[in-house]
Parts: sequence; structure tokens; C-alpha cells
Amino acid sequence: MAATDVGQEWAGEGPGSGGAGSWRGLLPINQLHWFSFKSQKSTPTGQKTGNFLPLWRLRAVAGMARTPGPDQPVDGGGEERPAWDNKLQYLLSCVGFAVGLGNLWRFPYLCQTYGGGAFLIPYIIALAFEGIPLFHIELAVGQRLRRGSIGVWTAISPYLGGMGLGCCTVSFLVSLYYNTVLTWVLWYLLNSFQHPLPWSACPLDLNRTGLVQECRDSSPVSYFWYRRTLNVSADIGDSGPVQWRLLVCLAVSWAVVYLCVIRGIETTGKAIYFTALFPYLVLTVFLVRGLTLPGAMQGLTYLFTPDLRVLQNPRVWLDAATQIFFSLSLALGGHIAFASYNPPRNNCRRDAVSIALVNSMTSLYASIAVFSVLGFKAASDHGRCLDRNILHLINAFDLPEQSVSRDTYTAALARLNASQPAEVAGLPLEACRLEDFLDKSASGTGLAFIVFTEAVLHMPGAPVWAVLFFGMLFSLGLSSMFGNMESIITPLLDLGVMPRRVPKEVLTGLACLLCFFTATCFTLRSGSYWLEIFDQYAAALNLILLAFFEVVGVAYVYGMKRFCDDIAWMTGRRPGFYWRATWKVVSPLLLLTIFLAYVALLASSPPHYKAWNPRYERFPLRQEKPYPGWVLAACVLLSFLPTLWVPVVALGQLLARCRQKTRDPPQDRCPKPRGGRAC
Amino acid sequence: ISHVLLCNVTQRVSFWFVVTDPSRNHTLPAVEVQSAIRMNRNRINNAFFLNDQTLEFLRIPSTLAPPTDPSVPIWIIIFGVIFCIVLVATMLLIFSGIRQHRRKNKGPSEMEDSEDKCENVITIENGIPCDPLDMKGGHINDAFVTEDERLTPL
Repeated sequence: MAATDVGQEWAGEGPGSGGAGSWRGLLPINQLHWFSFKSQKSTPTGQKTGNFLPLWRLRAVAGMARTPGPDQPVDGGGEERPAWDNKLQYLLSCVGFAVGLGNLWRFPYLCQTYGGGAFLIPYIIALAFEGIPLFHIELAVGQRLRRGSIGVWTAISPYLGGMGLGCCTVSFLVSLYYNTVLTWVLWYLLNSFQHPLPWSACPLDLNRTGLVQECRDSSPVSYFWYRRTLNVSADIGDSGPVQWRLLVCLAVSWAVVYLCVIRGIETTGKAIYFTALFPYLVLTVFLVRGLTLPGAMQGLTYLFTPDLRVLQNPRVWLDAATQIFFSLSLALGGHIAFASYNPPRNNCRRDAVSIALVNSMTSLYASIAVFSVLGFKAASDHGRCLDRNILHLINAFDLPEQSVSRDTYTAALARLNASQPAEVAGLPLEACRLEDFLDKSASGTGLAFIVFTEAVLHMPGAPVWAVLFFGMLFSLGLSSMFGNMESIITPLLDLGVMPRRVPKEVLTGLACLLCFFTATCFTLRSGSYWLEIFDQYAAALNLILLAFFEVVGVAYVYGMKRFCDDIAWMTGRRPGFYWRATWKVVSPLLLLTIFLAYVALLASSPPHYKAWNPRYERFPLRQEKPYPGWVLAACVLLSFLPTLWVPVVALGQLLARCRQKTRDPPQDRCPKPRGGRAC
Repeated sequence: ISHVLLCNVTQRVSFWFVVTDPSRNHTLPAVEVQSAIRMNRNRINNAFFLNDQTLEFLRIPSTLAPPTDPSVPIWIIIFGVIFCIVLVATMLLIFSGIRQHRRKNKGPSEMEDSEDKCENVITIENGIPCDPLDMKGGHINDAFVTEDERLTPL
């Protein structure tokens, strides 16, 4: 119905537009639109633009109710809020932010571990009752109040201002470690431009008669990851020096992020065309190539064969809910920031549903591509296992070369076992079952840097595939970084932490520089252990709590009726029963359950980590070590410090109000009289 | 061929051999033969058209060929390229931003003059003069503040 949804032609909103809602019901919106704009475009009715006040000045003159807040620069110059060039940029930015590394390396692992196709059931239920409603809230609130996360929550209620600060802090922590993962991806990308790939063979030892022992005991791929890339120490307490190779890659990756974020959405809007679309192109190429490789079909059937018994395990439901939650990048404030640059009358409900669906479809698409390649890897590992057994047989029984092939292996083994069982029993034959190789799944960095890189080694034209794969990972991560940086920079810009004269480039530069210096702690030898800590503790609990406060804040503090009226104004239709039910009841309950279940899970076992210790007796297996006390203290701090902003700011506001009440005489407690209106 | 003695013939092509020195008529010690074979492994392999994987000398580990190491690791080259591109692009964006900023500072001072000129024009619409709103003062329009508590009261 949005008859006035004419693209960019919104009334020249000034920076202090928190009270836009008062217009509703007073003047029909379509009449408002022929007041002047503070832009070069001529008005649709051809009025002279000079006679009428620009709309933002009208608002200041009319003395609208504004909530007091830090976001009201009193300027006559009236800089307009930046805007998207077109709707596609906005959609691609949100999709790029939501679609990240987790879609590629977490979802396929979950699908495989939890009974294949059966996992889609809790996933879709979580999407419908938790993902889409929360996402809609974020987009609607950002688009309505047209501020970053700090400004939005301060505008809803000053007592909730801490939520914005919490979101900002969590975004800062997430961007630190997320960009470190991109650093590792960049390192691999730089090393992919050579043939043979450096992780294909072990390096030689000192007298060149054999391979380096650490590599010989594990595998060339693991050695390259743990030793040549991370140079990981055996213990988290042993920090070691900063690895210069990772440090320079970190510098470059922050430089790339700065280059794209330098002028806010003006530059990310251009960069997003490439970074959001390139991964889809590469996924398609990998899909086509993967499906033509031998063994792909076994991998896919193994992935998608549903096992409905797994639904009885409550862990599945918890993992599905958390996967949806983190996959959509909720509660970070990035979607609020993106939506705040929209024209105010934009159908955010349709955007929310479509972006969430695109995100889930991408997860499925990526898992098909990944699993066809992993099926190929399992098949080729199985084949090599058979070849080793065949070599043992041929050597032991003096059979002619190539007399036993992979297909005739079982028959030949049975025959030899029947005739000479004692000799066969003495041979070091491995049990080669395809299911065992298919079971060797991995998620996270293990999938990308160990399993997939090994799979790529055996594809013809390996460097090309390696470059494509790591390029895709880099652009996937980069588009998510845009959202993270916007969720830090937009609130800071709205707060006005820097004076007006200082250009935006300086603020983004300072933010990137600060993040770079803080992230150097991840380039120490124990950096990867710290990254796991940040991933598990800093992000997970805080985001769930902040999302819970978001839903409760909007549904109960802001008021469901007021929120529905806002959405009706923006999209032309009031939210139906499904939306209101999920916002008021289902989503808060779900989030609370997830939070409690997560805490119970973390508390059930003492936190430990898996260290790569070449001196461990069962070496290629990683050694499980408990965290030392000071690390546990850091974990607890990380889990709760960002959310502490909420009660701290609420208390601070309460104290400030009380002090104001005691200072001013009681009758001045009514709102300041405007235009002679008495209390 | 006369100095090759065969013994213990097996089905697979494998053999033991000793090297004798015809002039002094004694067999050379194993250690010397082993070190000689290690030095000349490649020539022996080539004589048989075999390689280290197919021709095995027991108790003589083969010296593996070192991997070809370019003088400058390739990743540094690519890194340099990417870094220079990023640096140049960032500089370009910063300088264009500075130029735009300067142009904007010159611009509004000209635009404000034209706005003041238009202020005094009264537009007639449908024969009724429209009152330009008073830009300096500011009248509070009560109609706009009926819904003043749009947002949560404190």
C-alpha cells in the first residue's frame, strides 16, 4: 500500500529524527512529501523549493517531543543521514552480513552429525519461531528510529541504553577474532599460488634422509596448519613471540577492511556487490566440479540420509536454535545499523523474511557443495587405504604387480586368508571401510584448513581450486566484517564522539587501528586457543542475553501496540497474529531456554581445550588440557562483561533521575511546557 | 660380469652382491660399498631405468631431493602485490574525500546566499498567498504535539 514509497524520496530527515512517529495521524504522509527537500531533486509538484522549509527544520520549529539523548547535534547545516544507492545494496549488505563462514563450515557439520535431513526439522522450526521474528524486530526498529544500536535503545528507553553499548562491545570482540580467521584465510590464499601446494608434502629433516618427524607422525596438511601457519605452542600459558607472518597478514586484512569501510555505507555499498556475489559464483563452480568427482554421490547420500531418532536428543534442538541465531548474526547491531540507512517507508517485513530464507538456502547450497567434495575425499582416502593393503599383500606373497586391483582386493584377501591364514594375520592390514572415512567430519577451522585443503590436493589443478576456495572464504568473511564494523561505527557516529569537523574517514581509521592493535594478541603462538575462547564465551552467551533483552524491550517496554503501529506505517500492514505471538511469548521463552541450556552445558563439564602437543604419547590426537585459573577468570569476564552494560546504565540513569528529582522542586516534574501548554 | 656372483635366487628380482677388487683379490667392506652406492644412487637407478621407489637397497636410506625453494617465497610476492594495491586504493579514496570536503566547504556558503534571496518571494497557489513560515522565530504548532509521548516517558 505504500503509495509514497518512492525509493529515495524521503523527507529530508535530519540527524535528530528520533521522533518521526509524531507525524502520523496529523498530516497525511503523501501531503508531507511535497514539502521541500534539502536536496537538488525537484519536488514532484514542481514547487519552488526555496519557499518552504526543509522538513527537518519544520520539525525543529514544531517543537516535537524528542527524547533527550546524546544524539542531537544542534546544527543548521543539517547533514543528511547517508543512504543506500538502491535497495539491492541494502539487501546484499544484509545477506552478506548474515551469510558468513558459519554457513559453510558449521551447518554442513551439524547436518551430518545430527542425522542428515532430519536436522532440517528443528532448523526450520527454530527459523520460524526465533530467527525470523528477531530479525524482523531488528530491521523494523533500526528503520523506524534511524539510528545505530546505541541510539535506538536509548530512544526506546534511556534505561535500556546499556543494550546498545553491550551490542557495540560484543561487535568489537567479534570483529577482533573474526578478522583473525580472515588473516589465516589470507595466509592460505597467498600460499595457494604455487604448484605443488606447500601443504602437499612434508619438508625434509636436517640430513635430508627423511621427513620431519612431527609431519611424518601426523600429516602434511596438519603440519602446515599447526606448525607453518600458527606455530602453535603446546599450552595456552606458553604465549611465545608474535608470529611475524601472521602479523603482516593481519595488517593487510585490516587494511582491506578499512579500505572498504572507509566512508561507511558509501564504500561498503560498492564493495558488497563483489564480496556478496562472488561466493555464490565459486560455490556453484565447486558444486559442478564436486558433483562430477568420484565418490561425491556417496558423500551426499551419507549427508542427507535422514535419521529421525536423533530428534529425541535435546542437544539437537539446542544446536539448531543456536545455529539459526548465530547464522543470522542477530543482536550484534549490524542489521539495525544497515536498516537505519533505509528510507523510512520500506517493507522491512518482506526484507526480513526474504533475507532469512536466502541465508538458509545458502547454508543448504553450501553444504551440498562441501559434501560432494568431502565425499570425494573420503572415497580417495578409502582408495589409498586399499592400495596400501594391496602393497602389503603383493610384497608378502610375491604376487605380480597390479594383479590385485581395488575391486578384486576383497576376493584376493579372502582367497589368501583361506590358504595361508597365519601369514595374512601377521600383516599390518588396516580395516578400510568407506563409512569410517565419511564419518571423519570436521567443523570450523578444522574443516576449512585441514579437511578441505587435503581434498583440494587430490583434485586435478589443485592450486586453482585452492585459490578459488580461499578467495571465497575471504569474501564471505569480509562481507560479514562490513556488518560488524558498521555496528561499531554507526553508533559512534550517531553519538558524535568526534567533532563534526573531523571527517568520517578518521573515525573508521581509528576504529580499524584500535582493532588491529588489540588483535595482535591472536598472532601469538597461543593465539588459536584464545580465539576458541573468544568464540565460545565472548560471543555466544552475550548475544543470546542481548537478544532476549531486545525482544522484551521492544515487546514490553516500547509497547506492542506502538510497535505494530510503527510497522503499519512503514510497511502498510499491521503485523498479524504470528508476529505478535512470537514477539510477545514464543521468542523470549525460546531465548531464555536456550540461554539456560547453554549455561548448563558449559557448566556441566570443566572447560578444557585441545592442545597440539608433538610430545604427547598419542600424538596426532590432540591433548585435552583444562584451562588454568587465570584463563577461566578471563572466560567468565568475557561472558558477562558486555551484558553488564545493561544494568550499569539502567542504574546510572536511575541515580541521575533521583538526583534530578531531589534537586528540582517537585512541581517541575511535568514535561517542559511547550507553546504555553500548561501541565 | 665376471665379477658378479649370484646366489639365493628368488622369484622377485632381488639379489645379493659383493664387490671384489680384482687386483688385490678381496671383497670390499660393506661400509665402503654402501657409501659409494649412496653417492651414485641416481646413476645406478638410471642404469636399470628404475627409481628410488622401485629399486631398494636394504639398509641404505635414500637421500631425498630437496624441494625447489625459490629465493623469494611466492607468498611474499603476492602479499606485496595485494598490499600495494590496497595502499594505493586507500590513498586515492582519502585524497578524493579531502577534495570533496574542500569543495563542500566552498559550496554551502554560496548556496546559503541563494536561499536568503528566495525567502522573500511569496508564492501564490490557487490565488491564495502561502505564508512562508517564519524561519527566524519558531511558532509552536500544537497540532504537532498532541502525540508528544511518542516514546516511553521517563
